[in-house]
Amino acid sequence: MTAAVETGQTVIHGDRVSLLRVLGPAHVWALGVGIVLVGEFTGWNFSADKGGALAALIVCWIVGLLYTSVAMIDSEVTSTVAAAGGQYAQAKHIVGPLMAFNVALFLVFAYTMLEVSDAILLGDTIVAKAGVEGLTHNSFIAATIVVLAWLNYRGVLMTLNVNFVITAIAYVSIVILFFSVSPWTQGAVLKLNELVTPGNALPYGWIGVIAAFQFGIWYYLGIEGTTQAAEEVRSPARSLPYGTMAGMITLLIAAAMTWYVCASLMPWEYLGITYYPLWDAGKLTGSPLLENLLFIATLLAALASANGCINDAARAWFSLGRDRYLPSWFSAVHPKYRTPYRSILFLLPIALAFAFIADLNQAITFSILSGVLQYTFMSINIMMFRKKWPLGTIRRGYTHPFHPLPAIVLFCLCMVTFFAIFLGFGSQLIAMTVFYFLISLWFHFYRYKFVRRGDQFSMPWPKPQGY
Amino acid sequence: MWMGLSYVCWGISVVLAAWMLYDWFKVDTTYSEAVLTSSREGELEAVSEKHRI
Repeated sequence: MTAAVETGQTVIHGDRVSLLRVLGPAHVWALGVGIVLVGEFTGWNFSADKGGALAALIVCWIVGLLYTSVAMIDSEVTSTVAAAGGQYAQAKHIVGPLMAFNVALFLVFAYTMLEVSDAILLGDTIVAKAGVEGLTHNSFIAATIVVLAWLNYRGVLMTLNVNFVITAIAYVSIVILFFSVSPWTQGAVLKLNELVTPGNALPYGWIGVIAAFQFGIWYYLGIEGTTQAAEEVRSPARSLPYGTMAGMITLLIAAAMTWYVCASLMPWEYLGITYYPLWDAGKLTGSPLLENLLFIATLLAALASANGCINDAARAWFSLGRDRYLPSWFSAVHPKYRTPYRSILFLLPIALAFAFIADLNQAITFSILSGVLQYTFMSINIMMFRKKWPLGTIRRGYTHPFHPLPAIVLFCLCMVTFFAIFLGFGSQLIAMTVFYFLISLWFHFYRYKFVRRGDQFSMPWPKPQGY
Repeated sequence: MWMGLSYVCWGISVVLAAWMLYDWFKVDTTYSEAVLTSSREGELEAVSEKHRI
């Protein structure tokens, strides 16, 4: 190491400015669950509109299986590829540069569009609560995106400490709601047996269950975002699997409680169209305390999700710059706060522009599509990873069981979800596929010549089998 | 009250955005590009967690 470089008030140790390794398992949990939990407050319930209340429960379990596979596979690979960019870095080392470029774009799109959806939700929730004529959501959207970008700019530790607190409050509010409605006694407050009957449980039959997959994704969308913290956790091999799996367990419990309470309080026709299922559930209990608690929790869940999304999208963009897949200008690290500050600032106006011009359904669909494309990649990625570096040839922080069953389950469920998205948003699916195809051509024929090919493969791994 | 809150949100957004732009300018004019873009993937991993089976 060279001597410290002193400039102004900031001392840079050595000749490199890197991201800070300051996070622990709790921060990983806060990042993953923080991004996802908003899906319990809005989003999952649209699956009831597609297939009825029972369909919403069936996809809760089946999509839970999809995401459990995602969490297990992700934990194994990322405990070995501990680098910012998460699945992008995995794709680069295991599949190749073109796949990596596409995966990074999936990540940036998924998280930026989810951030946009969160900000719109937060603004609309405040406007709905206020009920004041002339009040628009624009100022609340702007404040959400700018304040959270500022927090991310100032450092990852404070960003995820805040996320931990607000995510925990939002989660506890679901638990409080659940126990406040006497879940062990049907008929007192909850009326599941009256609202979900054999006659209306699956109003559109099993094709409705398939269609419900599109919004069932919202129960867990974003849990894979934990891997973006890989370069900033103190012990990635331990913290990432621990935080991700704990997050997945937390979400499975939250999803089950949310469905049970909401399906027992609202008819599926209403549940499938409301933007605020949990807040409405709070209102339907007749308790002003619960109503206000769920209103605040909806805001906090949206804030936590947007906060995590800014963190993750910026890391993916930063990683692209660092490998020169995009101009290396984006790979700058703030010498004092040790954050990818240029990437955060670059994505800020993009998020604002989409939040002001896009509607919530479009933003959500783009986010889900990019997410499912990424999960499809993960099922192929783990097969290649195990084939190129079998167990015993490389140190793994976590080894997922029953391989290749989770990869096969994940791939099959992704195909079902693509079909469900095609049923609802076929033109968007085709448009995004064409977009990724064209951008791949641009990368292959133009951009890749700027990449320093030897520098991008940085992990001290043995040669893969067969090479 | 809600309209007032809306104006406060605009104000906070403008102030924080301006601060970030100012800090960005200050950092970019104080440090060389080579220092700012010196981060390397896997560097710490290679030093602190050597892959031994």
